Amino acid sequence: MTTLAEYAGSRELLGNLTQRELRGKYKRSALGWAWSLINPLALAAMFTFVFGVVFQSKLTAAGNSDLHGIAAFPLYLLCGLLPWNFVSNGINGSIGALVGNANLVKKVYFPREILIGANVLSWAVSLLIEMAVLGIALLAVGNMWLKFLPLVLITIVFLTLFVTGVGMLLAILNVYFRDVQHFVGIFLQLWFYATPIIYPITLLSGHDWSLGPVHLLTLFKLNPMTDFVEVFHQMLFRLTWPDWTEFSYAIVSSVVVFAFGLFVFKKLEPRLAEEL
Amino acid sequence: MTAVLGAVAVHRGDADIAVHVENVSKKFRLYKERNQSLKAAMMRGGRAKYDEFWALKDVSFDIPTGGTFGLIGQNGSGKSTLLKCMAKILRPDTGTISVNGKISALLELGAGFHQELSGRENVYLNGSILGLSRKQIDAKFDEIVDFAGLGEFIDTPVKNYSSGMYVRLGFSVAINVDPDVLLVDEVLAVGDESFQRKCDEKFSDMREAGKTIVVVSHSLATVRTMCDQAAWLEHGVVKDIGNPGMLIEKYVEDTHTERVSTEGGGSRWGAGNARVEQVEALDADGRPTLRLHLGAPATFRFHYVTDEPIRKPVLGFGLHRIDGAHATGVNSRETIVPDQIDGKGYVDFAIDKLPLVPGSYDVTVALVDESNLHTYDYRTKALRFDVGAGRPRDVEGVFAIDGTWSFG
Ligand SMILES: Nc1ncnc2c1ncn2[C@@H]1O[C@H](COP(=O)(O)OP(=O)(O)OP(=O)(O)O)[C@@H](O)[C@H]1O
Ligand SMILES: [Mg+2]
Repeated sequence: MTTLAEYAGSRELLGNLTQRELRGKYKRSALGWAWSLINPLALAAMFTFVFGVVFQSKLTAAGNSDLHGIAAFPLYLLCGLLPWNFVSNGINGSIGALVGNANLVKKVYFPREILIGANVLSWAVSLLIEMAVLGIALLAVGNMWLKFLPLVLITIVFLTLFVTGVGMLLAILNVYFRDVQHFVGIFLQLWFYATPIIYPITLLSGHDWSLGPVHLLTLFKLNPMTDFVEVFHQMLFRLTWPDWTEFSYAIVSSVVVFAFGLFVFKKLEPRLAEEL
Repeated sequence: MTAVLGAVAVHRGDADIAVHVENVSKKFRLYKERNQSLKAAMMRGGRAKYDEFWALKDVSFDIPTGGTFGLIGQNGSGKSTLLKCMAKILRPDTGTISVNGKISALLELGAGFHQELSGRENVYLNGSILGLSRKQIDAKFDEIVDFAGLGEFIDTPVKNYSSGMYVRLGFSVAINVDPDVLLVDEVLAVGDESFQRKCDEKFSDMREAGKTIVVVSHSLATVRTMCDQAAWLEHGVVKDIGNPGMLIEKYVEDTHTERVSTEGGGSRWGAGNARVEQVEALDADGRPTLRLHLGAPATFRFHYVTDEPIRKPVLGFGLHRIDGAHATGVNSRETIVPDQIDGKGYVDFAIDKLPLVPGSYDVTVALVDESNLHTYDYRTKALRFDVGAGRPRDVEGVFAIDGTWSFG
């Protein structure tokens, strides 16, 4: 059993492993840290071109009447895209965290979930840097969102919890079934389009799509990422307090997902070293 | 980990037990077709096809605190598995293992290093895994690098290390984090002569500090000289446990890997009307043992039986290293010759400071008369005993010569 005292003793290790991840991420790359900004910017530019210019989507309003022009759409995009990238990177990284550290797992004992934690934390650090840059850009165009800062940070903490939960679940399953990683690759793409990141959720409510008795919107609402992204949109872009139902749903589901991930992880952990 | 393992109450609360192993069994799954895919799992209805294999079966023993404990056994007998269970890397299916104090392990095939990271980064990583803070590692860093003798290579990724360098660094980390219990699995053989010497020194330091070392080794000579106690595993079962000298005799007898035997190997001749029935080695406290220590007091006791009174008997004995080299031979003629002996009795030869270099020795004993005309009994290999490390530590050859150094 992993006890709390054990976690306390492993704080140092968590910090160390996180640093290692961060350093390893951009090692031997000329631009180093800049990549963590270039990637989302390139994506935003691409989506802006495709949806804003080619398809002429009328997304610029997206609920904020103060923001217009060509800058608004990429900024709106990034408010959801950065958290999404964090989720996607965190999950992908977690899947490799156990298999990739097999040598460590087979040779020394430490609470194994720390590997997942360190991976997710390292991506969380990237997220914080990216969000800081985005935040400055938003302020520069006059979007005064700063009073939401504490709540934005709290949302990021719970998003981290959510990713850790999913990460633990998929990482340990991947040890037993190595094709989990391929499956997750496809799943993440679907998930991305099922989350209102490149389109506003209002786009959906205009239609009366229904799947039998279930309204499609309800289905979308079940996805916790919808709520997380919406909460970020509301605070950073629309400058309103978050919809508290959505906010609570995001918090509760992240706690539930984390608990479930940890439970499954602990269940399958005893034979981890011999299965790797 | 430090905090937790330290807090785990050892079963029965014995402070003099370092590792308590109770009814430990470990089962492995041998997959028929290791097809780690969901599709395969679905086809089987979620159940993987595998055979069960018990690598450890109901293993129980205690490892006392202080000193060195050896594990011997043939390939696949479960030694590494047992060590991994102690290190919490594998979880036993039944039974419990409790460890008293901080544990640090150097398992088979080297340390848990990250290939891409430099030696330096790995030291910090491993240190924090073993529960040290950054400050604590900073304080020990030079010592660790020094001991490993890596010099400038410390900043090279460990994937570029030679296997010896890799092990040296791993061992250096494992030992310099001040564990209470150190597990070493068959890795030291990779180091060169000078490194092995350093390790031996470190081991005797640990032993003096009352720490516990558990070693797995196929080198019976190492186990014989290093260990105070040993266990013999066979097909996952503890076949025997006890004094390493005795255990190795039985093990060798049983497995026929090496032919050495005191009973069958020795020869005996003589008149037979007086016989040396038994030879004993006694430790500093006068207790029979098969393990003496360099520089410590030792006594050889020769039990004799005579059928009739024997006049002016002389007892002599010789010591041979097990490779056959004649180490020494002495007799009682010039010191004390009793008028006669009769019936049962014994002769002692007491040594203040045993000067023998660590290793294994055979005793040849002879009971003759003063004139050397009559040989009553002559036995080769009457006893095999081991000499363990002691003072001086750094000795070579057969004898530790006694003397006084001074610089003029
Ligand atoms: N991960 C594993 N999966 C399946 N079987 C295993 C696994 N690890 C070990 N075994 C099996 O368990 C048995 C004991 O292995 P172990 O490594 O403990 O032997 P050992 O005594 O250390 O042998 P050696 O002297 O060769 O090092 C072997 O039969 C081995 O095949
Ligand atoms: Mg082994």
